Amino acid sequence: MNNIEIVQKGLKKRYAKERRFKAYGVFSIIISLSFLAFLLFDIALKAAPAFTQTYIKLDIDFSHKVLRINEKSSYTKDELFELPYHKLPSKSLYQLFPGIENRKQKKALRKLVSSGVRYNLRNMVIKNSKLIGTSKSIWVLADDDIDSLVKGLIDRNIPEADRRVKDFQIAWIDKLQLENRVESRFNINFFTSGDSREPEQAGILGALKGSLYTMLITLLLSFPIGVAAAVYLEEFAHKNNWLVDMIEVNINNLAAVPSIVFGILGLAVYINLFGVPRSAPLAGGLVLGLMTLPIIIITTRAAIKSVPPSIREAALGLGASKMQVIIHHVLPLSMPGILTGSIIGMAQALGETAPLLMIGMVAFVADIPQGFFDPSTVLPVQIYIWSDSPERSFIALTSAAIIMLLVFLFLMNLLAIILRKKFETRW
Amino acid sequence: MSNLNFFIILLIIAAIVFFIGQKKAYSYSMFNGGAKLHSLPNYYGYLTTLWTFLPAFGVFVIWSFFESNVSSMLTISQFSELQQLSVDELSLALNEIKILAVTNSSSVSINNQAAAVYSEYLNHSFNLKILVSVLLALLGFFYTYLRIKPTMQARNSVEKLIVYVLFTCALIAIFTTVGIIFSVLFESIEFFSQVSITEFFFGTHWSPQIAIREDQVGGSGSFGAVPLFWGTIFISFIAMIIAAPLGLIAAIFLSEYATSQVRAIIKPILEILAGIPTVVYGFFAALTVGPLVRDFGYYLREIGINLDIEILANLTVSTESVLAVGLVMGMMIVPFILSLSDDVILSVPNAMRDGSIALGATKSETVWRVIVPAALPGIVGGFLLAISRAIGETMIVLMAAGVAANLTANPMNVVTTITTQIVTLLTGDQEFDSVKTLAAFALGLGLFVTTLILNIIALHVVKKYREQYE
Amino acid sequence: MNNNKVELDQQLSETVGKPLINGTPKITCRDVNVFYNQDSQAIFDVNVDLAKNQILAMIGPSGCGKSTLLRCLNRMNDTIDGCSITGKISLDGEDIYSNDIDPVLLRAKVGMVFQKPNPFPKSIYDNVAYGPRLHGIATNNSELDDVVEESLIKAGLWKETKDRLNKPGTGLSGGQQQRLCIARTIAVRPDVILMDEPTSALDPIATATIEELMHELKSSYTIAVVTHSMQQAARISDRCSYFHLGRLVEVNDTNIVFTNPEHELTENYITGRFG
Repeated sequence: MNNIEIVQKGLKKRYAKERRFKAYGVFSIIISLSFLAFLLFDIALKAAPAFTQTYIKLDIDFSHKVLRINEKSSYTKDELFELPYHKLPSKSLYQLFPGIENRKQKKALRKLVSSGVRYNLRNMVIKNSKLIGTSKSIWVLADDDIDSLVKGLIDRNIPEADRRVKDFQIAWIDKLQLENRVESRFNINFFTSGDSREPEQAGILGALKGSLYTMLITLLLSFPIGVAAAVYLEEFAHKNNWLVDMIEVNINNLAAVPSIVFGILGLAVYINLFGVPRSAPLAGGLVLGLMTLPIIIITTRAAIKSVPPSIREAALGLGASKMQVIIHHVLPLSMPGILTGSIIGMAQALGETAPLLMIGMVAFVADIPQGFFDPSTVLPVQIYIWSDSPERSFIALTSAAIIMLLVFLFLMNLLAIILRKKFETRW
Repeated sequence: MSNLNFFIILLIIAAIVFFIGQKKAYSYSMFNGGAKLHSLPNYYGYLTTLWTFLPAFGVFVIWSFFESNVSSMLTISQFSELQQLSVDELSLALNEIKILAVTNSSSVSINNQAAAVYSEYLNHSFNLKILVSVLLALLGFFYTYLRIKPTMQARNSVEKLIVYVLFTCALIAIFTTVGIIFSVLFESIEFFSQVSITEFFFGTHWSPQIAIREDQVGGSGSFGAVPLFWGTIFISFIAMIIAAPLGLIAAIFLSEYATSQVRAIIKPILEILAGIPTVVYGFFAALTVGPLVRDFGYYLREIGINLDIEILANLTVSTESVLAVGLVMGMMIVPFILSLSDDVILSVPNAMRDGSIALGATKSETVWRVIVPAALPGIVGGFLLAISRAIGETMIVLMAAGVAANLTANPMNVVTTITTQIVTLLTGDQEFDSVKTLAAFALGLGLFVTTLILNIIALHVVKKYREQYE
Repeated sequence: MNNNKVELDQQLSETVGKPLINGTPKITCRDVNVFYNQDSQAIFDVNVDLAKNQILAMIGPSGCGKSTLLRCLNRMNDTIDGCSITGKISLDGEDIYSNDIDPVLLRAKVGMVFQKPNPFPKSIYDNVAYGPRLHGIATNNSELDDVVEESLIKAGLWKETKDRLNKPGTGLSGGQQQRLCIARTIAVRPDVILMDEPTSALDPIATATIEELMHELKSSYTIAVVTHSMQQAARISDRCSYFHLGRLVEVNDTNIVFTNPEHELTENYITGRFG
């Protein structure tokens, strides 16, 4: 057998191997892509119900008798604040479904609408005290279980005992629907309120603001220090100096240290040693800032490195000092790269959860934070808190919050890509 | 006046002295018959600004860091009632004092008196801080201003100062590491003085709940961390089994087989996977993958019962299974391995590919016999970094794995991990300095050291590999 | 400028000298055109024959297409995205670009040595054994040992390496590495060896060794060599071809090309007036 025949004999098997390997490659890619698609689809599907909310039309009687207030020409704010507003929706509901005497059923009837309705009514009355003594049809927020029922998320066929909504409640809602008293509306609450124990009243504004304040601190800490450190290491540091080597090893290692370790650092140093207030964006920002620092240093160094030596030499040749070369030429030329890296670092910080749990940002905060020292939470931690809540409706809220987070991350990454494309220089 | 206001005032002062310094420099060049200045007049301004601002600002920041703690210490020394409290009670009392100091309520409890004293100390501290800062600013200003003359090498001094500032920024990396070590080290030492090292490293029973009352069930708590180590390793192992082949083969496919157009589309899409926050993966693992895997486990059990396979019939199945967590974590790591492997594969010189192809090798033969062996150190380095990431991953395990310490080899069962325990021990109602909290720091130390070693080896291997082809 | 180009096109329209040979050539190229990404053409209408057991040298200024043509002879250009070829290249009368020709088989017949020595990061032994293992040429270990020894002997590297076959190939000197690459190619037992500037990365002494080796290899292989050095072409080749801007200007017996070139461009290049 000559040489070529030998080679030819083995070819079929070798090509089969080749095809098989290529198939593995396609398979790996498809698996990864379908996992991504499954994840996004699953979350989008779960999030969909969170974007609408059920409202019930009630005829509210703002009479003096119900509100237990004497007729007057004007009222002070304090007077109006303390009135028994919780009676307003209840009374209206009793009128809609007369003849219910069973205490348990009466309670269930009251709970058709959200417990937050009384505060909405209070605000309406305080805003316009002329309402007192009149009667008005008002759309009020339904309770989250009722909301789930209307959205069809509760299966009416399973046994009553296993259902959160009982048969008589279903009958009420069906009746209300027949009377056109039930309506689905866009969930504006989700974008305008802080956290709440009641799913129908919970929103992400508090978490969004918390994230905003935290990110501001993170940026203020990590960007200037990161760029400064990178400039030093790239332009001034002596090679083969043990201190410089130490710094480099530390930076590379810190970039790979588990984020939770930074949380422990924040707890022990910032909170216990320096007395930074717990749960505050300041503490969160300081922790995330340290975490983002190595990323910014590494990307900035890469950007500085990519500025060709010819430009430095040209400027040095004209008599510029080293610092002038850096400030006038190197930094402006590497700025797109630095910004891209910083945005990516910030995006990572925005999605970070674990270290913030350590410094108490996991506490329940209903108020929307107004500054760097207010107790607050951030978007990913809000997701974690909600995902831990037993109420069914929180699943949809969690998914919706995830979608908001992903949208923000997507926008940030898009910005980074655009920056890179727009200012990309080929030397 | 708040801290922020003072900071702004400091900035304004710094801006003003710039013009003063600059003007003095100008005056030399104008009136002394145009004496030749060593540097541009601006540099004299910069120098004045730096000397005025930097020392004052530095002291201001450091002072701000420590004033709250020093004030509370001074407060404690004033009240013998507070000194008698235990550490836990004291930290609670201090919290209350700090809140009271802000809200100014008016009862006569001891804490209220303390709060008044505390806020007084804070006030003093603040005034003193501002006084010292302003003094330093003035000192710095005059120190520079008086020295300004044409022969002064202002530019050199400014640049030297800036280099020092840059250097300090670079040093923060070291401070951070030192900070991490100090935050876990002392508490860990304290922990090991109460729990023996052998129990921690070799004990197989983990139940950190310590009874508050003597008669309570649960006993004294035990701290054998082996189930935690095992849980962490088990989950990381499953994650790597999924991520390593998928990521590596996908990287090879993208860099060796895919056309540049396909690559340009697929790679960014897969990088989306890397950009998804871990809390999202955790949610997905807990709510979607967990139940799916559990149902699969039930199905296996049914098969086991029907076919009389004992090991399957007795399978323990949990929603918080190792398999579900490992699966999701593996998918999270895929893009990480993909981009690291992609980098090292692309850095294998094309001459290797040409040499192999020219000898009549097929593409896959070239990949497996030349490129992968050549890139092996880099690939291994990438895997080590991925393992370190899996070990340190917190959110997925926190949300989708359990808290029950469990030594099991059944992937359908529930285990707990180091990171889960750290979070569980350090959040919730915690009394500082209890063994339970200290245990979290010991675990943190273990986690830090493990990942540190992995990272250093990995980074070293990758660096050596890169040098080989540079 | 435009005029010049037209003039040049006319000057280059036909290859002068003796591009085709009598008898049966080993490789024939007929009307070969090579394009990169459709719009840029690297080779224009090349017709040339390679005679069996001879060395054909390919010379010309940088970017003249000689390396491109060489890489077409064993379809190495397949690995480059957007590279396409028209015309016909045959090996022993068979069109190597026809659909039933297997590039793997072709490359087993037509080996290639590159400009920069590129031993694999493996041992010397594994480097040489790489091809035979792939193709199943040796069935057992002792056969493989024989193939490795034979190839290293042919490449003149046996004496230097027989005691350190397990040392990495990358540890050898540049010239030794290049001979290792030649041994690696020989081990597959090809008919044709293509060499792309095999000595341009080597010092003069190593170059001389390789040239000597090429001379010896000629008896058993057909060789095409791209070179930047005219002296080298003159020393080693039987026939010499001169390329200019993707066109084959002149081919002839080496002594004729160097002593009495027909084409003005060839003469300019050889006398160093243009380069």
